[in-house]
This record gives sequence, C-alpha cells and structure tokens, in this order.
Amino acid sequence: METVIKTEKLTKRFGDFIAANEITFEVNKGEIFGFLGANGAGKTTAMRMLCGLSIPSSGKATIAGFDVYKQTEQIKKNIGYMSQKFSLYEDLTVLENIKFFGGIYGLPDRDIKSKSEALIDHLGLQGEAKKLVGSLPLGWKQKLSFSVAVLHQPKIVFLDEPTGGVDPVTRRQFWDLIYDAADKGMTVFVTTHYMDEAEYCHRISIMVDGKINALDTPVNLKKQFNASSMDEVFYQLARGAKRAD
Amino acid sequence: MKQFIIFVRKEFAHVLRDKKTLLILFGMPVMQILIFGFALTNEVKNAKIIVVDYAKDVASREITSKIAASHYFEIEKSTMSHDDIEKSFKEGKIKLAIVFPENFNENLLHQNKAQIQIIADASDPNTANTLTNYASSIIRDYQSQLDKTTETPYRIIAQTKMLYNPQLKGVHSFVPGVMALVLMLVCVMMTAVSIVKEKETGTMEVLLVSPFKPIWVILSKAIPYLILSLINVVIILLLSVFVLDLPIVGSVLLLFAESILFIITCLTLGIFISVKTNSQQVAMLISLMGMLLPTILFSGFMFPIENMPVALQVFSNIVPSKWFYIIVKSIMIKGLGFSAIWKETLILFGITVFLLIVSLKSFKIRLS
Repeated sequence: METVIKTEKLTKRFGDFIAANEITFEVNKGEIFGFLGANGAGKTTAMRMLCGLSIPSSGKATIAGFDVYKQTEQIKKNIGYMSQKFSLYEDLTVLENIKFFGGIYGLPDRDIKSKSEALIDHLGLQGEAKKLVGSLPLGWKQKLSFSVAVLHQPKIVFLDEPTGGVDPVTRRQFWDLIYDAADKGMTVFVTTHYMDEAEYCHRISIMVDGKINALDTPVNLKKQFNASSMDEVFYQLARGAKRAD
Repeated sequence: MKQFIIFVRKEFAHVLRDKKTLLILFGMPVMQILIFGFALTNEVKNAKIIVVDYAKDVASREITSKIAASHYFEIEKSTMSHDDIEKSFKEGKIKLAIVFPENFNENLLHQNKAQIQIIADASDPNTANTLTNYASSIIRDYQSQLDKTTETPYRIIAQTKMLYNPQLKGVHSFVPGVMALVLMLVCVMMTAVSIVKEKETGTMEVLLVSPFKPIWVILSKAIPYLILSLINVVIILLLSVFVLDLPIVGSVLLLFAESILFIITCLTLGIFISVKTNSQQVAMLISLMGMLLPTILFSGFMFPIENMPVALQVFSNIVPSKWFYIIVKSIMIKGLGFSAIWKETLILFGITVFLLIVSLKSFKIRLS
C-alpha cells in the first residue's frame, strides 16, 4: 500500500502555545481519512501544515512524497483544498468558476473545456452553467466546490468541514462524490463534526488538546472504547479536553 | 503568466458585475468635480460693494455708474471713512471696496494715467478673484472708451488688494484635491475591501493552497484598480478642462506619470490594510477614517497647513496626498516641470517603497 501522507512528531508552536503536539500518522492512497477533534483541538493548524500554508516548528512530514519544509510548491500542485467556508466566487457563473480554478492550477484550455463539460453533466447542472453561483442552493454549491477542488486531479484532497449547514440528504450525496473520488485512487483527508460522517471514513483520528489520542477504523475504535456509536467514542475522548474555543 | 491573466480577468469580472460599486467608482469623481466646481467657481451676481470716492469727478462718477449698472455689483453705500470699510468687511456686509484717489480725473487727463484701488475680501478666494476680475474689466472697458477720443492712450492702473488671504489660496486647487481624494478612495478602499472579501469568504485560503504564488494574487488584485483609477484621472481632467475651463498648464504626460506613482502608493496602502484586517467593514472603516480624513485635512486643499499647530504640520508630511496635491497643483495650475517637483516626487516614492516593503513583510508573516 502506497503511503501519501506521512507525519512524524509534527509540531507547531505559537509562542508558548503548542497548537499541534508531536502528531504522527500515515494515510494511504485511496483512503478516506477522518480528522476529528473538538473546536480548538488543533485540527486546522495540523491541516494548514499539511497543505503547505504553515511551516511546522519541528517534526517531519511528507505529502505525496514531498517535504513540507522545502517542497511546498510541489505539494500545492498535488493537493486540492476545500475550506469550511464555501469557497467559490458567488459573483461568477458556474462555468467561470470552473475555468478560473482550472486556470490557476495551470490546466490547458482544452482540458478545462472538456472537464468542465463533464463536471456539469455529472452534477446535472446543465441548466445552471451560465448562472451565478450565488443563486444556487447551498447543497449544489458545496458539491460544485468539491468538484472544483478535485478538477486538477490531485493526489490528495483536503476537506475542512465540507458539509457544514447542509441537510442530511445532500450530505449523503456529497459523500457519494467523496467515495467516487476515493474509488479513483484519490486520497481524501476530511475534518468533520458530524459523527455519522465519521462512520463513512475508512479510518479516523481524534485530536484532543493538540495530540492525536485515538487512531483506527470506526469499528475498532468503538470496540476499543466499548461504545455503541462514534458519538460516544468522541465524547469519552473530548470530555477530558482542557482547551476549547 | 497565463494564470496571471486569468486572475486579472476574474478581478475585472468582480468589479464590472458589481453595478453599485461601479456607479460609486465613476459617479463619485464626476459628482465631486461638478459640486466643487460649481459651488466654488460659479459667477457672482449682485455682490455688495462700497465705493470710496475721494475724487468726485467725471471719470470717477462714470466708472461708478458703470459698476452700478452691471448686474455683478450692487453698491451698498458710498463712504469716505476707512473705519467704515473695515467694519463692513469684518461684518461680511461687503465683498469688495473700490477706492478712487483724489484728482483721479486730473491725473488721468494730464499724466495719462491714474490709479484705482480694489480691495477684496479674500477669505473666500474664489469670489474675491472673480469680483476683482469683473471690476477690472469694467475699468478697462471705460479706459478703452476714453482711448477712442484721443491719440495718447490712457492708463488706469487698478491696484488690487486681497484682504485676509493675499495669496488667494484655494482657487482651482480643489481639482488636484479631488484627484487625490478620489484616487485615495478608489485605490485604498476598493483594494483593501476586495482582498479582505476573499479572506472573509474563504476563497483566499483556496488561492493560497493553489500553486499560484501569493504575491501574484495580490498583484492581480491591484491591476484592475490601477486601470480604473487611471480612467478616473482622465475623467477628472476632462471635466476640469471642458466643464470648469481649468486648463492643464503643464505637461499632461508628467501629470499621468505622477498619478501612476500616487495610485501605486494608494494600492500599497490598500494592500497593507487588507493584510492587517479580517473583515470588510473594518477595512472600509480604516480606509475612510485613516486615509480619507487625513487627505481632506492634511493635504492642504481645504485647510491651509500653514495655519495649523506645528505638530500637525509635521504630521502632514507623512500624508501621501499632501505631496501628490502639491505635485498636481504645480503641474496643472502653475505649469511647472519635473525639476520643480522632483523633491515631492522623491518623498512620495519613498513613502511608496516603505509601504510596499512593510506590507509584503506582514503578508509573509501571515502566511507562516
């Protein structure tokens, strides 16, 4: 099994505050890896380091085989990212958004054209292609946002609480897209607060106070904590947390 | 490079699609020029004046009746007392006083020249200037009338005296002032807001994760505003030349080069604000309070800097618009060349470089 994310004692300090404390884990190709933790546990900091947005204070990490200290440019070419805030331009049309993001990832025009057509077909947005994104319902925006994030076929896609504020049916559809991508060999690294979504992941890690306190498949975690649901597992771990927003 | 073009095109789409912003962007300079222009330079009618006639001869009476007949002036009264004149000026009852010395006609006939004194209340420099021009032209009119009857030309020398504001500060100077104001507003506020907006909506993060270099993100944000601001400069200049009849005396090319420098100063300021703030409201407030107010107060176009306390005079030196205002005034109104404004240009350039370095530094800090 090919490893695409590998961290070893990855740490980020802000002054005296240790936001991420010696995080060590591996994620395999094609895996859907859930990254859980209460607010303030250090998820975002960890994810920013993995995306090359933030330089670690110490420790090692490679993303798609590239070093997070020296090769951030190569990392950026090989990852996709979708932020918790909905991250398309509302005043551009669906098509313009696709073209823009395809463009800044350096896709050739012909690729962008064929890909955007395929994408619009796939999402069933034929009627909306020339409408402003701002006029679409939130669920569609989020699906579109994900599709745009993986337009350049990155090895890994980072999703930061991608389904916030979306109804359960749309969330389910959103996860279908995630499964599709994972089936094609893309690695999905996802943070979430929804425990039903945690169950969809192949493996999950739970961060408490900057450290990873648990890491396994949902089934094994439930066994380990003698819990009937992921909710209970999460609650048992997060209850001991000293940090909160 | 191709990415850069794609990005700039996207920025244009943002600006052009936002009809309200666009209206502000281009409506504002037009409005300001017209409001300032017509509020300050409109012709004056029925201005109250005092005539002081020590001569009481044919010539003085004839000129007085000509003045009385014109619709520009209304003679409040005739007096002989200087105290009376001063009192009337101070109370704001009159705008102008015309003084005929003794032996006016005699001097005119025998020496072929005579003097008239025109005293104006220059605390409102525009009105003062307009009124003295009217009065002088009436006097010139009389003079040429006399000239027809004789071979030797007569000369009536009108001595004008501007009370309270001898240098007539403020005349036409609002055009350079409005230019500084509009560019400040457009460049600083719009750039700051458009960058902070991307932070707020989360698209900035997506851009920073992409292989597109952050410095290019910032640059491509600035380009559309640079171009739109240049269009604004053209609009303002066209309005001032064709609507306000204020010609550009100096080099237009130099004026544009200096404008580009100032626009870049403003863009860097905007970028600096956007790096330091996280919400559009804050960015807008800082741009308005921190940039617009100093521009109005300390550039010297509304309030003379010379009259301020020393501390404020020193402070005014770090306001970029002050230097731009001096530069534009020198080129546009005085017709001076680069040799006269290289110092101001250098200062403006220095401020720009300083701001650029500071904002790029803080931008990097944010990234790590």
